[in-house]
Amino acid sequence: MTDDRRPSDLEDLDAKLRAARGRHGGKPDRAGLASDKSGLSIAFRIGVELVAALAIGVAIGWLLDRWLGSSPWLLILFFVFGAAAGIMNVFRVAKGYGGAVGYRKSGSDAAGKDGKD
Amino acid sequence: MAAGHSPLEQFEIHRLIPIEVGGVDISFNNSALFMVATLTIGSAFLVLGMRRRAVVPGRVQSLAEMTYEFIAGLIRDTIGGEGRRYFPFIFTLFVFILLGNMLGLLPYGFTFTSHIIVTFALALVVFVGVTILGLARHGLHFFSFFVPPGVPIAMWPLLIPIEIISYLSRPISLSVRLFANMLAGHTLLKVIGGFVAALGIFGIAPLALLVALTGLELVIAFLQAYVFAILTCLYINDAIHLH
Repeated sequence: MTDDRRPSDLEDLDAKLRAARGRHGGKPDRAGLASDKSGLSIAFRIGVELVAALAIGVAIGWLLDRWLGSSPWLLILFFVFGAAAGIMNVFRVAKGYGGAVGYRKSGSDAAGKDGKD
Repeated sequence: MAAGHSPLEQFEIHRLIPIEVGGVDISFNNSALFMVATLTIGSAFLVLGMRRRAVVPGRVQSLAEMTYEFIAGLIRDTIGGEGRRYFPFIFTLFVFILLGNMLGLLPYGFTFTSHIIVTFALALVVFVGVTILGLARHGLHFFSFFVPPGVPIAMWPLLIPIEIISYLSRPISLSVRLFANMLAGHTLLKVIGGFVAALGIFGIAPLALLVALTGLELVIAFLQAYVFAILTCLYINDAIHLH
């Protein structure tokens, strides 16, 4: 009985070690990552993303207008761009992509990475 | 006691050691003092905690190891094995923000993360660093980042500005999130605290609320440091693994 136990214990440990080492190199799916799922923080985050993109859009439009003297057309154009970018940010947060620009699902992400690097 | 004490008073900057170099005011203020305190406590916690290097860790060593493991796991999950190179940066960022948030909860404490300029500077360091990292890794190919995959060329003039604005909004959303959470939380604590003093014996009700809110603030202090760290990881990941 004891003779049977000891090798299996060691093998068990070996498997655990290998699993742990695998974890260090591997890259699990990002889906379960947004662990701060409390409603308030998500709501707050979405609000900030929306407003931040809009503010950047308006700032770019305003500065370009001042530079090119084309007031108010670029401001209006970039206001719309900013609003669209804000909606896109919100969409990405809601989909759990982490609000990243050009983020894709991990499947295609891994495929693209292999092709590139 | 409540009268004459604004809930916003805690955010005021006081000059402690006035320094002026070339007309630029670089005085050592209470914000800087708490940053130094944060660095000292953070370093002392890790250095003293790991001094013994016991196989069976004591309390402080256990905490230090847990913090290390937490951030290491975070980087592993978001960036993968390659991300270990960025561990010192993300770990420092996390500990700095976490301790900054926590120290602000102490009585007479000052929360430097409740100032937009501090959080914005932190976010800007991340943003500029990640952009340089992306450019260094991929050269001009980095700009393909702004073209969403699988989009017809006719749509590019519309989508590229949107993507660029979305990219530029990152440091803003990153900094505003941390700053607003800290500002709102600490103001709320002070306001409720004012009720306790004003209501006399009935102040026990807001006092109970205050205890609960302080617990909530501790969670938020941790959560915001975590969110900052995780978003930094995601940005680094995006810069390394361009689509």
